Amino acid sequence: MPELLQFLLSGITVGAVYALVALGFTIIYNASDVVNFAQGEFVMLGGMITFFAHAAGLPLPLAALIAIIATAGIGVALNKLAIEPARGAPVVSLIIITIGASIFIRGATQLVFDKQIHRFPAFSGDQPILIGGATILPQSLWVIAGALAVFFCLWLFFTRTLIGRAVLATANNRIAAQLVGINTNYVMTLSFAMSAAIGALAGVLVTPITLTSYDVGLALALKGFAAAMLGGMGNPKGALVGGLLLGILEAMTAGYISSQYKDAAAFVVILAVLFAMPQGLFGRKSTDRV
Amino acid sequence: MSLLQIEGLGIDFGGVRAVNDVGFALKPGEIVSVIGPNGAGKTTLFNMISGVYAPARGRVALDGEDVTRMPPHHLARRGLSRTFQNLQIFQSMSVLENAVAGHHLHERGSVFADLFSLPAARRRSRASEESARALLDRVGLGRAAEQEAGSLSYGALKRLEIARALALKPRVLLLDEPAAGCNAVETEEIDHLIAKVAAEGVSILLVEHDMKMVMRISNHIVVLDHGEKIAEGEPAAIARDPRVIEAYLGAQATEAQNADG
Amino acid sequence: MRLSSKTTTLLILAAVIAIAPVFFPSSYYFRVGSLIFVNGLAVTGLVILIGYAGQISLGHAGFAGIGAYACALAPVHLGLHPALAAVLGAALSAAIAFLVGRPILRLKGYYLAVASLGFGILVSMVLSNEAQLTGGPDGMAVPELGLRAVLKAIGIDLSNTEFWYAFSGLVLVIGAWLALNLYHSPTGRALRALHGSEVAARTVGVDVAHYKLVAFVLSAVYASVSGSLLALQNKFITPDVAGFMHSIEMVTMAVLGGAGSVLGAILGAAILTTLPQVLTVFQEYEQLMLGLVMMLVMIFMREGLLPSITRRIRGRAE
Ligand SMILES: Nc1ncnc2c1ncn2[C@@H]1O[C@H](COP(=O)(O)OP(=O)(O)OP(=O)(O)O)[C@@H](O)[C@H]1O
Ligand SMILES: [Mg+2]
Repeated sequence: MPELLQFLLSGITVGAVYALVALGFTIIYNASDVVNFAQGEFVMLGGMITFFAHAAGLPLPLAALIAIIATAGIGVALNKLAIEPARGAPVVSLIIITIGASIFIRGATQLVFDKQIHRFPAFSGDQPILIGGATILPQSLWVIAGALAVFFCLWLFFTRTLIGRAVLATANNRIAAQLVGINTNYVMTLSFAMSAAIGALAGVLVTPITLTSYDVGLALALKGFAAAMLGGMGNPKGALVGGLLLGILEAMTAGYISSQYKDAAAFVVILAVLFAMPQGLFGRKSTDRV
Repeated sequence: MSLLQIEGLGIDFGGVRAVNDVGFALKPGEIVSVIGPNGAGKTTLFNMISGVYAPARGRVALDGEDVTRMPPHHLARRGLSRTFQNLQIFQSMSVLENAVAGHHLHERGSVFADLFSLPAARRRSRASEESARALLDRVGLGRAAEQEAGSLSYGALKRLEIARALALKPRVLLLDEPAAGCNAVETEEIDHLIAKVAAEGVSILLVEHDMKMVMRISNHIVVLDHGEKIAEGEPAAIARDPRVIEAYLGAQATEAQNADG
Repeated sequence: MRLSSKTTTLLILAAVIAIAPVFFPSSYYFRVGSLIFVNGLAVTGLVILIGYAGQISLGHAGFAGIGAYACALAPVHLGLHPALAAVLGAALSAAIAFLVGRPILRLKGYYLAVASLGFGILVSMVLSNEAQLTGGPDGMAVPELGLRAVLKAIGIDLSNTEFWYAFSGLVLVIGAWLALNLYHSPTGRALRALHGSEVAARTVGVDVAHYKLVAFVLSAVYASVSGSLLALQNKFITPDVAGFMHSIEMVTMAVLGGAGSVLGAILGAAILTTLPQVLTVFQEYEQLMLGLVMMLVMIFMREGLLPSITRRIRGRAE
């Protein structure tokens, strides 16, 4: 049993990161119908910028804050320079644009910073905590708490604030939202900023455990994308559950079947879910109008 | 005997009964019109009959065979074809190719022959191209054949859809507002075309807002309002029916109010 | 004269392939040329899938991987001639595409993208994890095709790079010819019709699921043959051939040049194959430039390079 618990704990930790990436996907997808393949780069930037700011002598919390704000700025720039000009382009073009953006960001990071692997200290030390025979790193608790906090804040934002409802209205029907006076461009900008900030936060939280380098983004983007899709694109609850499920699934596969095939498990399950439920776990079914 | 028989057809969207308990019949060579105010459920009815939507209730029979919920391409093989109110043109193809594509069931063959452009494949293509040109002439688009479909006017695209639907050599043809966006001359041409097609023995189910045209060419009219059939009969009788007048006047009165407010 | 016509496209392609070597100062250029043709072949398959049928795949490198490893494994384990191994790989790819395609192609847009991506990743994972069989991430050797020796025996003496340039070029021309035939055929029309409007295609009788599958299987065979050619000419293969980045490269080449046109897509393959070779001078900037090119072309030339350029030229001429 402690073995199972151990796998579960590490699965939830990884799953929380996937959930954060998936939440980032969801926000942008809702506001713009774009799946942003550069989402993983936000996580990478969060970790890298924090490391270099910290190495330059800034205290860790300040370095993290700077990283989150800078990444949000990069998210906004991405929207203004690459997504807005391509409004209405077919899905394939948007995929290539955001993958292009992700390669570009990776290339730029490698030039501005370096190609090394980096780590900064965990927030509350590295002493593992014992729970029922299994152990968990304090930093893992930070990651899990981060994911839950972000989910809760998003929920408050979307249900309790006027601007949050404006974002939802834009997601439902862009034209109608414009007609009732919502500035949909502002909504887009805000969504990219939020999404990038959430990604960066994930990077800040997880780097002490998984380390970071300029090329960690793509794998994270794929997993986050898969998690978002597992839950049903565009649904924040789906993103959270999808992310956690995916993380647990990977940990179980690694633990009980084969660590080499842990990434495979994720994709096998996604294929199975999509075959059985083409809309994902929490996606809504709709009839295409003609 | 009726060629198309509809019984108790109905569908809901998120709890709203878009169409409920609609039934009527269509004989060979007959023109039946479905009329009703905006949002009455006419297009939805068409979508169910043509297999685009799966009805929740009721039955559709084509030539005695139950074809309820059969996919559109199987219905096409049984001779049911349609046009769309919101144009569904193959945008990146030429006008001619749109019409040729309508011949799919007559020109399809082995993929292998198509890949290697074997004589059989070329023959199939040539035959459907000839037929497509004749159809384009028939709907008055003969001279636009080589243009990109996207460059045609709305009225011309409506006629292109009719040509494409006729390419199937249908027994039943569903036309959803074929004259919308056409000027008086074009409307009259479409009017004649429909009458001629029906005279050749094709049964036609028509949705149209142009009442003059509907009254002139229909053998039979079905009136929908809020998804329900409220009347059915010969054009003259329908024009006098108080419920029909009420449904239309009611709708107009609301529209007038909306325009004022 | 219309650029889109089948013969013009084939003539341009064949002429460029035949004349280009006149300007080649070294065998290195033959090597780059044959790489372009190999990529061009895979991309021509994607033209059928993306350009004709309007379906996305982010996993086609998986089929390239199957084609490549068939050439590496079948000669050793089954004693097949490498050429037959390539045929076997193509048949296997077609069979797998047939099985996987049916459920995958019910999905649309991003869902289709992620499902195909998942498939590709699974293939590459098997290739790198089954190390006893495939040599794992380090890759494995591929036997010699042997055709060059045959040619030599009948008096045609080509260097290795010259041979692969000519041979891949020939296969590319054949692949382009088939794809162009298909475009103007009933099958091609059905594919383009379902791309234009799925519902309208169904109402004229197109069995949409069947034709999507046809496009998927055909493009899988193209990718597989391309993978085989790559393996045979490199005489060595690693799982990267099936990797996600290779899938992305393939799709980018197709869309960059213009997924709707065979010539455009091959141009895309030429540009994206040459770009890294040119950029090795600025190695540091390679990723930066690649990402930038991808974004700029897609933002400013949505239909891809070739269609946008011909449209502009035609617009000026009128
Ligand atoms: N796919 C769908 N999803 C949800 N609601 C739908 C769908 N299709 C139709 N409806 C609803 O069904 C009702 C009937 O619509 P329908 O288009 O059939 O009307 P109509 O009689 O064709 O109107 P019009 O004359 O304007 O064409 C409307 O309230 C419409 O909003
Ligand atoms: Mg309608």
